[in-house]
This record gives sequence, C-alpha cells and structure tokens, in this order.
Amino acid sequence: MSELLDLATRVAGWANDGEQVEAYVVHERETDVRAYEGEIESLSSAESQGIGVRVVVDGKQGYAYAGTLDEDALGETLHEARDNAAFAEADEFNGVAVPDNVAPAVLELFDERLASFSTDDKVALAIELERATRAADPRISGIESAEYIDTIYESAVATSTGIASVTRETGCYVSAYALAEEHGETQTGFGFSIGRQPGELDVSAAAADAAQRATRLLGAVKPSSARLTVVLDPWVTAQLLGIIGHTLTGEAVLKGRSLFADRMGEEVAMSSITLFDDATNPDAFTASMVDGEGLATRATPLISDGVLQGFLHNSYSGRRSGSASTGSAVRGGFKSAPGVGAHALVLAPGSRSQAELIADIDDGFLVQEVSGLHSGVNPVSGDFSTGAEGLRIRSGEIAEPIREVTIASTLQRLLQDVHAIGNDLEWLPMSAAGVSLVVADVTMSGG
Amino acid sequence: MLETELINRTLSTALTTGGEFAEVFVEDKRSSSAVLDDGRVEELTSGRDRGAGIRVVVGETTGFAHTADLSEEGLAGAARAAAAAARGGGGGVREVNVSAIDVSRGTPVRIPPEEVAKATKVGLLTLANEAARGSGSAITQVSARYGDSRRRILVANSDGLLAEDDQIRTLFSVSCVATGDTGLQTGRESAGRTIGFELFDETDVEEMARRAAERALTKLNARPAPSGSVPVVVGPGGGGVLFHEACGHGLEADLVAKSASVFAGRVGEKVAADCVTLIDDGTMAGEWGHFAIDDEGRPAGNNILIKDGVLTDYMWDYLRARKEGRVGSGNGRRQSYQHLPMVRMTNTYISNGTDDPAAIVADTESGVYVAQLGGGQVNTATGDFVFGMTEAYLIENGEITDPIREGNLIGNGPEVLTRIDALGNDFAMGSPGMCGKDGQGVPVGDGTPTLRVESLTVGGTAA
Repeated sequence: MSELLDLATRVAGWANDGEQVEAYVVHERETDVRAYEGEIESLSSAESQGIGVRVVVDGKQGYAYAGTLDEDALGETLHEARDNAAFAEADEFNGVAVPDNVAPAVLELFDERLASFSTDDKVALAIELERATRAADPRISGIESAEYIDTIYESAVATSTGIASVTRETGCYVSAYALAEEHGETQTGFGFSIGRQPGELDVSAAAADAAQRATRLLGAVKPSSARLTVVLDPWVTAQLLGIIGHTLTGEAVLKGRSLFADRMGEEVAMSSITLFDDATNPDAFTASMVDGEGLATRATPLISDGVLQGFLHNSYSGRRSGSASTGSAVRGGFKSAPGVGAHALVLAPGSRSQAELIADIDDGFLVQEVSGLHSGVNPVSGDFSTGAEGLRIRSGEIAEPIREVTIASTLQRLLQDVHAIGNDLEWLPMSAAGVSLVVADVTMSGG
Repeated sequence: MLETELINRTLSTALTTGGEFAEVFVEDKRSSSAVLDDGRVEELTSGRDRGAGIRVVVGETTGFAHTADLSEEGLAGAARAAAAAARGGGGGVREVNVSAIDVSRGTPVRIPPEEVAKATKVGLLTLANEAARGSGSAITQVSARYGDSRRRILVANSDGLLAEDDQIRTLFSVSCVATGDTGLQTGRESAGRTIGFELFDETDVEEMARRAAERALTKLNARPAPSGSVPVVVGPGGGGVLFHEACGHGLEADLVAKSASVFAGRVGEKVAADCVTLIDDGTMAGEWGHFAIDDEGRPAGNNILIKDGVLTDYMWDYLRARKEGRVGSGNGRRQSYQHLPMVRMTNTYISNGTDDPAAIVADTESGVYVAQLGGGQVNTATGDFVFGMTEAYLIENGEITDPIREGNLIGNGPEVLTRIDALGNDFAMGSPGMCGKDGQGVPVGDGTPTLRVESLTVGGTAA
C-alpha cells in the first residue's frame, strides 16, 4: 500500500460516529527549466504536498486543508473541517463517495523513465528547444519563453465509507513561445510537445510549430467585419469544448446555470456531433483511472448524433438528480472540495483533413488562436465572443493573415452550425482533445 | 518568522556554489472562505500554507527550490538544491549579515478577520442571498462568497536586506442568474480590499446583491451587441482593465527586456493622448493591490508610467533593476513561496481628467457605453488586447439606451492609447481583480474616470 493511501486511510478512520470523512493527500515533484539565449534562465525544482479533508455530518459539509503532511497538521485539519461543517446548512444529498463496484480501467500513467531522467538532460532539452526555435526561420527575432516542465504526481483518496484509491502519474512537456519580426512588425506563436516521459517529446516539432505559427501571421491585417465560415484549429476547438463541458455538468444543471438544463433527449447540435467524456482513454493527457472522489472514471456519452444524452456527475450531483456519479468529480488541488467537470472530452472525428475542409470553403477564416475566452464567453447565457487571429480562406485556399478581430455567436448556435469535423484528432494538455471544426455563419468583427 | 542567525546561515549555504545573489522568501498564509449557493450555505473552507522559496542567481541563471519544512535542515536542503541549479565559478564560504529595514505601513487593520466568528461571516451570505432574491422573481439563482486571507511574508537576501509584511485581505462577491424568455443572464458584483472585516463597515452586502441582481435582470432585455468599430465610453472605475491590458503588461520590464513588448525602447516617446497619466501605485493603503513590501522586500512604490501621454518608465523587479544599476520599483511579486517572483502590477490607474462625464456621453452620437468590464487578455508583443463587457448599453443620439449582450472588445494597445479623446473628472477605483501571468495569480486593483475611446472593435453579432 502506498504511503499516501496509508495516511489518507488513517485520517478517514478518525471519523466520529454519524460522520463521514474524506481525506485527499497529494505529493508532487516538479522540475521547470527555462532557457534563454543558450543559457539556463531559471531552473526550479519543487516538491510539494498537502492534504484536504472533507467532513459531512448531519448533511452539513466543511472543508479544510494544509500545505504539509506533518503529523500534527493532520489532526488540526480534520478538526478545522469539522468545525467548518457546523456552520454550513444541511443538504440531504451531501456526502462523500460510496464504493459503486465499478472497476477502474487499467492505465499506464506512470513512466519510470521520467523519474530517472537527469536534470542535465532536462536542461539540454530546454536549451535545444530554444536553439531550434530560433533556427527554424530567419524571421524569428526572439523567444519569450522556451521551457521544459515535468511532474511526478501521486495522490490518494480515502473515505470513512470505504473508498481507497491511489493515482500515480508522470507527465512532461516542452513549450516555446516565439517572436517573429519583419518590416518592424512583430507576431507571436507557440508550439509544444507532451508526453509521459521525455523520450516521447518531439522538440523539433514544437520548435517548428512555434516558428510557423508566428511567421505565418506576419503581415496580418485587420479586415472589415463579415459573416463567414470559420475553421477552428484543433487547439481552439479543445478550448471551446472545455466551455461546453462546463455547461453539461450536473452542478450547472441542478443549480439552473446550464443552457442545456431542460433539453435532455433533444437535438442540441448538428447530427454529426457526438461528444464523450472519457478519462479511460490512455491517449488523453488527462487520462485517469479514478476521479477526484476516488471512483473509477468511465466513458460518458454527452451528445450522440446531435442529441443530448447525458450530464456529468460527481456523487453529490448524481444523488441529487436521482442518478449516480459518472466518475466525474474533479479537484483543483487539495485546497478545495471536489467539484464536477469533464476529464477528457472528445468529439467523434470526421474523415477529412483540415486542408480538405478548407478546400471546400469559398470565404472563411482559419482561427489559429483565440483570446479572452474567460471574459467574452458566458457559459450560463451562451454568449460567445472572443478575440481571434489566423488566416483568411479564399476560394478554398489559405490567403492573407488577419488579426485584431473577434468572432461571435452563441454556444447554442455554434453547435447547430458545425458543418464538418476534421480527422485530425489530437490530445492536448487540457481536458479536451482538439480536432478541426468548420462552423458556418459566425460574425467576425473587424475595422 | 525566522531567527536572523538561521536566515544568515541559510543564505550562506545558498551561496556555496558561487552564487552572486541569494534570497530567502518565507510565507505563512491562512485563508478562510464561505460559499452560499442554491439557497443555502454550502460550505466553509479554511487552510494554511507555509514554506520558504530560495533562489540563487549566477549571471543570467536563477536556481530555485522551495520547501514546506522551515527547520534548519529543511531550509539548508532547499538552499543546496537552488545552489546546485545555479553554479558560479567561485564557491567557498561567504558570510551574510542581514538587517531589518524599516517599512512604512498603511492604516493598521482594525478588525482581524480571524477574530470574527464564523457565524458572523456566514450571516453576510444569507443577507446577500435574501436581498438578491428580493430583487425580482426572475432572479432564479444566487451565489455569494466570503473570503479572507492573512499572508505574513519575510524576505531576506545576500545584499543584507531583511523585511517583513503582514497582508490581510477581505473579499465578498455575489453572482445572480436571471431567467426570462430570452434565456439566462448573469450579474456579478464584488468588493475586496487589503483591510480586515471593517470592509463591511463601508460595504453594504445587501446593496451589492441588489446591484448584481439588477444587472442580470437588465440583461434579460439585452439586444445583440454591435459588430465592428464604434466609439466606446467606459464608465468610472471600469476602464482600469482596459489600461491594465492595453499597456500595463507591456510596461513590465521582464517582457520589455525580451523585446516581447510593443513599448520596448519607447521611454521618452509620446505613446498616448495628452490627457493620459498612468500610475502604478502599491502604496494606496487599503486597495486590493496594496502591500508594504513587494515579494522581493522592496517597499511599495508610487510609479508614474505615462505622464501627459509620454512614456516615463517601466515597472521593475529587483533583479532586473539590479542589472540596470537602478532601484527596483516595488513590482516584484509572486503567487506564493512556491513561485519565482516577476514583474507585476499593483494598483494601476489613470488620474482624473477634466471633462464632465455626462457631457462625454452627450457628445457621442452613437456608440457603446460599458458600465462594467470583465477580465481581459493581451499579447504584449503585438499589443493586441481584449476585454469583456459584462454590463453595456448602446449610445444613440448622445443618450444611453438599450442594454446589449456580453462580449469582448478588441483593440491594439499603442493605437487605443492615442485614441482616448475624452477623460472625465469622476475618478473611481474598479472591482478587485486577479491578474494572471505565466500561471501565477496576484491581486491587483485599477481605476479610471469615465473615458472615451474614439473607436474600438466591439465583438457582437449585430450588423
């Protein structure tokens, strides 16, 4: 048994009669190397740990955490969570997870090769990334950041109701943010590569992507406003799916904050749309055997052929809505109680490449990057408006770069206006996979 | 927080591999929060995070390590790890003697939140919930959040500096959902200050809740926002986010040094309309972005960045200032002891203009009036930035008319600064914000009087 699980189980075992206790314990090691002008700009090595304790008593919930696993902090944290519970109001559906006999998928998320990779080799990767990015194109004028980051992560959840689960995983990535300059104008672009261990990282591809994204925007103009078809790059689609995932949580539905609340079984999207959340897919960067409450993750259909099929639940929202947890409890670290959310959203891909999709478009906009998703998209009302940059599509061909525009619609309409999905499914370092998406009739605001 | 002798020994250990500069940052942070949602007090959370971050600098290289173990061994381990990452040519034993600097503090906290009963904090949530729901039957959901934090920090470095601060912040926010024929709309209000529970002597949570509810109700009748470039008037307090994004980030010396800012090399040049004077001021006692010392031990500063349209200076952290042979500006900040500091804003504001705010609107034939802004984002290298409008109206024939739906506005910082053609005399600070940079969030404040941008692109859907 892992030391962390041992510790979590011990704390959960301190539950009083009539009380539920959940202990979540985390231990993480991270290395972050930044390179600049051929040297190490910074090298951080970090080890952090912490515990979060949830207490439910008489339907009232309290939470407390500590950024240490010192023995005396454990008891204090439980005591504080218990005290906090006394001031909350009761809800009959409150409670920690209860074992549901779903066996977790068996996933290989921990790769020993990362643990044995030397610091010098990590430094070498970061320096090579910076060099390769600068060398990728003569117009690359600078590097805002070039870094290598890895984490070795272990967590355990144990409850007084019999949950006992451990997660161990490794992950690493390289990412470059390049500046390109021509005729006094600067543009930027990023590139990255991710893996479970450094041998999976493709530094030259990351460098080439950063350079290509930056240089292809050189000479970008601000166009006049238009209504047109947009092609969302996989990176952009994944961010959009993240927002849609939020609207499909039991929490949003139960609390009247979802635009899909009353639409189960209805056509909410074009019939080509099939959307799953599936953390059991080993290719997902966010793959996980168990959720934030220690239950097995599972594949949950959300939209099938355009029809709304289901919502995501943790144990609270599952109980309250009369169903059950879908293994969708998510945690933002040990400092807060688990919420509900998507782990790994994936759209069923289409059959054509991005280039083939573009060839069909007479007047369009390939959106390479969006900005201000947090300020311009309201997942409750569905209003959608973001800054965008990318390339104009004319007569089926990539044309001039454009910048300083917004694209706007509503989430409801976007889903109904999806005309095609690419075959370029790609797992990204976020809770969704990317794929090219063709959306008709989007407003582009410009000059 | 730590004995001086222990600090000296730790810094000496950090310098054994030839480091030119070493620093210990100790933090002890306690937070508590309470959330009401869906009609009931859902949960209280409290926690403590304590540890030290140690960095060692050699030439252009920084080594960094942190530990939650503040014992002699724990600190020495982190010091050695940081030193291993930044090796110099020299080495050996170098003694360090730090001595405390005097730090002027703002108004002392009157009511430490840790001394306030949890029941009292929870009571505020209930008041806000009832007030918001009382604003109309179309208000279908309310959430309210109370939060406080006490962050004690100590910074010591091999230049002999030793400084401490005790930062107490208190925050309250209310979010409402209104339901109508057109679907759901949201409204939000927040208040946050670097003070204690006395925040609620000056902030009426029921009034806040009613404003949040009113905002959501108003938007039920909102029309689609226009699409394209129009004159934009931003109400008092709201425009701070605009400047934070349009030029604030671009004036951070770390981005400037990498030529990742459109404002690099432009000190002394005219970069904005004559009426624009931009100040970043960490000394504003009580404001959300206030502190006595920054996270590198520099006293907070009152720094003029743009004066009468001319760029006067950037914002600096300690290391970059040290390299340039100048003093820091008190802008070195970090999210926690687990992070390296970098250049960050504090309270960033545009000082008052002379125009009558009512006249600014009356003088605008048609355009958009933004009463409340959401967050924003900027690409400092190109200057292109966005910010969201969470409460906005059309201006028609010089009058504020129908509400419009949410969306982003987009502009280019250097262009927008020169297009500010009216500045009111009604200065106000805006809502408390969390500014994100490189994955680190820090509290920031901002403020402006009413102002007009001659043209900005509004990202709506209406033709």
